[in-house]
Amino acid sequence: MENTSSVNRVAAFILNWLFLMILWLAFTSSLAIQELLVGVFTTALISIFTTKLFSCCDISILSPVKIFYIIYYLFVFLFALIKSNFDVARRVISPSLPINPGIVKFETKLTTEYAKMVLANSITLTPGTLSIDIIDNTFYIHWIDVQTTNPEEAFTEIAESFEKILLKIF
Amino acid sequence: MREVLEIIGGIFILIGSIFLFLGALGIVRMPDVYNRLQAGTKATTLGGMSLILGVGLLEPDWIFKAIILVLFIGFSNPISSHALARAMYKRGRFPILGKGENMDAYREVYDKNKEEEVKS
Repeated sequence: MENTSSVNRVAAFILNWLFLMILWLAFTSSLAIQELLVGVFTTALISIFTTKLFSCCDISILSPVKIFYIIYYLFVFLFALIKSNFDVARRVISPSLPINPGIVKFETKLTTEYAKMVLANSITLTPGTLSIDIIDNTFYIHWIDVQTTNPEEAFTEIAESFEKILLKIF
Repeated sequence: MREVLEIIGGIFILIGSIFLFLGALGIVRMPDVYNRLQAGTKATTLGGMSLILGVGLLEPDWIFKAIILVLFIGFSNPISSHALARAMYKRGRFPILGKGENMDAYREVYDKNKEEEVKS
């Protein structure tokens, strides 16, 4: 038990370090040796102190299957974001203002906090929905054009496509 | 190469400004706070992302910084609008509801919290 938890901590540290190093590379946009050395030291120092606070997932997130799903998720999400913008544009421009707002709820099968956060943020940016609150497994969603108040149907309408992929990632 | 990037960057900036304008129009036209947040969040997220990406394409040295800014916008915008919407409901500003049965599923949670507050 003691052994696995320390292994996990080292894995989380390396994951944080990698992430911060990528951020560093993007910000400096240079591969000069001095810059790299300073980056390695500072990011290592920062991740020593902050690993306890940010450990979203274990090291298995670096496996190729999961990386594939993350990229796939990003594309699905981007498509939904563009679609939702045209949806908003249509509603705003049309003179009759076609809205039928209300708040619906549904349950999710996701367990970890980070997965729920990603799902809630994605719901906010997809067509016509805005997440108001999460209590345990229940999401409360403000829907600009309510089609159904039944929780199961609302779930298939709003969140199913995202949750399927998130279940594979987390 | 440079010219092509400039044209693509200009198109991105144009798209971004159009969506930002639509977001502003939505904030003026929508009837209540939640619908305004809906219009505001979505339009400003894609509009801001597209604008910053366009600037990154015009100045290729900044492209990585622009990508990081785009990611930050993608994370922070939905969180802030969620926080605003939740705070508004907790203050008791109920949304305008459309036609239909049982449209406000969050009301029961609000009422329960209020009851407990009164008891304690």
